[in-house]
This record gives sequence, structure tokens and C-alpha cells, in this order.
Amino acid sequence: MRIAVLSGKGGTGKTLVSVNLAAAAHKAVYIDCDVEEPNGHLFFKPAVIQEEEIAIKIPAVDNTRCNGCRQCVDFCKFNALASIKNQNKLIIFEEVCHSCGGCIMLCPEKALTEKEKVIGKIQKGMSDAVTVYTGILNIGEASGIPIIKQLLDDHKDTSGMPVFIDCPPGSACIVMESIKDADYCILVAEPTLFGVHNLNMVYELVKLFGKQFSVVLNKCLDGENPAEKFCIEKNIKIIGRIPFDTELGIINSNAEIAVRKNPKYGDIFSSLLETVVREVQHKHETTSHSQR
Amino acid sequence: MKQLLILSGKGGTGKTTIASAFIKLSGARAYADCDVDAPNLHLVTGQGFTPKKTDYYGLPKAEINAERCIKCNQCRQKCRFSAILIEKKHLVEKNYQVDPFACEGCGVCEAVCPVGAIALKPAVAGELMLYSNEKKVFSTAQLKMGSGTSGMLVTEVKKQMKSAAADTELAIIDGSPGIGCPVIASLSGVDMVLIVAEPSVSGISDMERIIKTATKFGTKIAVCINKYNTNIENTEKIEEFCAKQGLPFIGKIPFDAEAVKAINNGQTIVDIECPSGTAVTAVYHKTIALLFEEDGRSA
Amino acid sequence: MKIAVPVDEKDLKSKVCVSFGRTPYFLIYNTETKESVFLENSAAASTGGAGIKAAQTIVDNGVSALLTPRCGENAADVLKAADIKIYKTKSVAINDNIEAFIDGKLPLLDEIHAGFHGRGGN
Repeated sequence: MRIAVLSGKGGTGKTLVSVNLAAAAHKAVYIDCDVEEPNGHLFFKPAVIQEEEIAIKIPAVDNTRCNGCRQCVDFCKFNALASIKNQNKLIIFEEVCHSCGGCIMLCPEKALTEKEKVIGKIQKGMSDAVTVYTGILNIGEASGIPIIKQLLDDHKDTSGMPVFIDCPPGSACIVMESIKDADYCILVAEPTLFGVHNLNMVYELVKLFGKQFSVVLNKCLDGENPAEKFCIEKNIKIIGRIPFDTELGIINSNAEIAVRKNPKYGDIFSSLLETVVREVQHKHETTSHSQR
Repeated sequence: MKQLLILSGKGGTGKTTIASAFIKLSGARAYADCDVDAPNLHLVTGQGFTPKKTDYYGLPKAEINAERCIKCNQCRQKCRFSAILIEKKHLVEKNYQVDPFACEGCGVCEAVCPVGAIALKPAVAGELMLYSNEKKVFSTAQLKMGSGTSGMLVTEVKKQMKSAAADTELAIIDGSPGIGCPVIASLSGVDMVLIVAEPSVSGISDMERIIKTATKFGTKIAVCINKYNTNIENTEKIEEFCAKQGLPFIGKIPFDAEAVKAINNGQTIVDIECPSGTAVTAVYHKTIALLFEEDGRSA
Repeated sequence: MKIAVPVDEKDLKSKVCVSFGRTPYFLIYNTETKESVFLENSAAASTGGAGIKAAQTIVDNGVSALLTPRCGENAADVLKAADIKIYKTKSVAINDNIEAFIDGKLPLLDEIHAGFHGRGGN
């Protein structure tokens, strides 16, 4: 059971919800796909067992073999190569390269081979019975997609444990990559104008991907809740309401796991977890949808 | 034109809330929303007229001509982005299709196809919007869901603003969360970055990463704290950090329920009387003073 | 020798373009024959690597010197590898710059700016 937690807007409570659901489940897997700004590990403080570097493949040239034919330069859609024929030099711009492998494939002289460039890493650790996977993108690198792919493609020994995927904010390609293989999506919404605007975007995204989903309303105050109104209008199921709570805010801002700190929160998130599990199982029983 | 960019690292710290207040206070005649993935600035800056819209073309995407395709599987094997899918139809026919969300427009599939069944075609990846009248220029955009090339669109947003408001003295740019491509694109060419930090452990961790990113680009950096009263201890930690790193600490703004109400009404926090409005005004004046300082010190 | 200048329009009376990588056109001027040729810059529309592609065009046209107000580091790497010198333009008037170059009055361009790395630039 792979459950992705996303929101569109940043700061609504994705990490709060995903970390605490994993903790409430006791035996679970937590995967932090917000590789630009990973936060889950700050809460779990996992004892790191393994660290794996993530690299992308980029071309390297043997200038003694290069005859300046320029097929690679002319092919590259990203302009990552330049040829100085009269100096017998091919220059490769690693930061511009998208690792498509085209130039290496096309070179008639076999002057191009592949080498690895590290863009980040994945740490695996334990926090009580929760297995914590943290993806970290190196500063200055443009895209964390290869790290997210590795985080989610690994054949993890989940043994029937629920997997909670903490997604990045927004709805761009990194978010899509994070929810691609999720069985269920939880959309975390905050009761603000901005929050609803961005909730709408991820709502469109999960619909596009044909994902089963529901909403958790976070930071609920008295009075009108624009996010709740949106859900009612669009007929979206609301499976939980977490109140705006100063104590919870402080616990969270000190990177403590609410479920492990105070039984009051243990109850809230256990109850939410039960609802989520029920929703996911119900979906399995009732629908048989086409595979992409 | 002096460009002030507002970033945070972590999402939800208050970039747009503060950017909109700055815009109101400065009467800035040029501003832009570079959070092209999830733009929000337009919700509080009240345009009142329709913008000029332009399609934004990102990288071209591959398309497979099903009639020509001989299903040799070469494209799928060579595609590094897992962008070639086989659509199952009634368990019999299997059409090869390109997943436009995964396709990076590299052209490898087009090159390997033995029967010329694949071609790269232009693809709209978003929409640029320009609100421009004699009083102000507001540039923003919306990236199409699931798109890449957000960095390029961010640059287009800034370019659009600059060409429509070339003689303006001050431009305020609302940035996006994270440290990746769109943030790096928004950083280039700006005169100063104001980092809005949140006093939480996550917020501090993210703030450090965005500061490292901005430092790499040699931009002048200043820091302020929003919602400081939610955790005084962490607020002090941030102030200490700035002192140690030699980064100007501009001020702090309290969390304020009135502010939330104002924003929900489509107003900025300086449109009403509230504690955060008062605090942000002080932060604003200090920021502008630093921005227009002549010695050009950078972090 | 041939020199190149990024220009806004295909006209000697137009202005030097503020960007090298994304200039719409290049002027290729032969200081001996005084001939002017205008080339379209195919790099202008690229999503990334514009400087590299623009520099490749300069290399391919047998240019010995580039006159430009700015240049990014990737483009500079290509030009340096081909022994093409980069000079800093003094004004927006094309002819002023060509004359200044011929008189040896244009300085070399020192400040190479960081690349935009696929995020566009200007």
C-alpha cells in the first residue's frame, strides 16, 4: 500500500501528516521525495544504515578518436556539446547535458563513452520500526527526478507495511514522478486563499493520473474554511480535520513527532490512519481500472 | 532597475504575503511572480483587467505515428526517461505511445526508429501573462501541470517584466520554494535576495540550503523571520546563525490571525491595521535601504 | 580577419545586442574586405545551452574576435578553446565598436558571467 501525501502549496502539513501517519502505523516505510528540501529525517532522526550516491550518466570524449564529424553536436537538443574541429577538440558541458545517451549512441568513431556524475544521495535508516528513506539533491543541481526514481523503484522489502511518500510542493514534474506509482493520494489543505488555489492544481493532477484520493484539512480554525468549501463544491471526500493547535505547532516546529510526544496526537493520527487504510482497501475491492 | 527577489527554501513561510505587502508599500510599478508552478501573487494584487497571454513552448515532445510503427521496441529500450509506453487495448492491440509528461524531447527515439514513425513536435508547456498599464507592470505565468523546463519559464516571466517596465526603479519578484531549477533561474540577475525564514527545525534546515544556493550565485542576501512568535527559541537560533555568517538580519514578523483573514479577503497585510502589517513595514524599509546601498557588498 | 558582433537587426545602423547567446543576429565583418554578412542566431530559441550554440556558430564561421557587452562562461569556454578573443563593446553603435577595435582601443572582456544552464537568459 503506497500512499502519497501532497498539497500543491508548501507549508500545509505534508510532512506533519506523512511522518505522523508512518509513526502511528508503527511498522511502516517513510519515503521523503522532497529531495530539494527534505525534512522528514529531521523528525525521525533515523540511525543511518546505508547511504547510496545517485549519479546520472554523462558523455566523456576520447579526443584522439574524434574526427570532428559533428554528428553529436548537431543531434544534441540541449546544446551540451561544441566542436572545435581545427583543434581536434570536443567540449562537453556537463551541467547542460540531460543524460539522454544520444550522442554516445550516434558517434561513428566510438569516441564518446559514458561516465557518472553524482547529483545527490539516498539515506536509509531506522526510527523505531519505521524505515526512513531520505532523498537529498546536491546544491546547485537542477533536477531531483533521478533521485526520486531511485527512491521509488527500489525493490523495498515492505512485507505488507504501508509506505508513506512525502511529496514535494507544487504540481510539476517532480511531483508527478513522486505520485506515479502511488495506490492512493492524500491531499493536505490549509484554510487559506492561497492554499485552495494550489489545492485545485493538485486536485487536477491526481484526477489526471486517475488516482484515488481524499483530503485532510489541516490548521482548521473556527469560521469559514475555504478549503472545506472547495471540497464540498467538488464533491471531494474529507477524511480528517486537524485543528490549528498551538501545542501541535510547537511540537512540529521543534521537529518532534507528535504521535510519539503526546497520546492525544497518537489518537488523532491513529484514527486518521485507520480511515486511510479503510479507504485504500475499499478502493481495491470495488474498482478495477485500466493500467497506464 | 533594482530587482529584489523573495525566497525561502521551505514552502509556506510567507513569501507571497510579504511580497504583496512590499508591493503595496513601495507602490512598485513592476513586479513578478516567479513561482510558475503554483503562482499566488495575483490573488492579492487585484489586477482588475485581463492580461496579455502568450503560450510558452518548452521542449518539443516526441509523437509516434501508430500507423507507421512496427513495434520493434527500439525506442522504448533506448529511452532514458521511461517515456515510451505500451497501451494495452482489449489485450490484443498494443500501441506504442509517448508519455508527454516524461518525455524530455531529446530525440533519441526519433533517431533510432527504423521506419521514421517518431517525430518531435512543439509542445505548449505553460502560459505567460502580462498585466500592463500606465500605472504598473505585473508579469506572471502558469506552468502546465507536470511540465519540466520551469526554469526557462521563470526567465521568460522576468524578461517580460523587464521589457515592459525598463525604466522602473524597483521591481519586486515573488519566488518559489525549493532550491532547484526555477529558483536558480529566478536568482540570476537580481540585485538582492530577501530570505523569509520560518522558526521551525524544517524551516531552518531549508533556509540553510537556500542560503548556500544563493551564495553560489554571489547575490546580496538578507534574512527576515516570519511567524517568529510560534517558536522564540528557534527565532533566536536563526538570528545567531545570521550573525555568525555575517548575513544582514532585517527583522521579524509575528504570526497574526488578522493577517490570515486579510489574505483570504484578497488583501495585503498592510491594507489593514494588524501587528504583522506594522512589523512588515519596518522590514520593508530596512530591506529597501540595503537594496539601494551603494557599496555593493555581497554575501 | 573576421570579427563577430551580436546585433538587434540585420542593419549596420542597428544596435549591439545586450545578450550574446540569445542575440537574434550576428554581424560577421571582414576587416580587410570590409564586407558585412548577417547570420541568424539559431540559438536564440533554445531552451538551454544558447551560449554554447551561439559560440559554435562563431567558431564555424572562421571568426578571430568577438565584440560583445557580455558573455557567459560556457560560451567563453568554447571561444577560448578555439583561440577566439572576446572584446568588450563600448557602446550600442555597431560602427563605433568596429572602429575602436581596428584602432586597438577596445578592451578584452574580463567579467565572464555564470551560465544560465537551461533556464534561459538575457
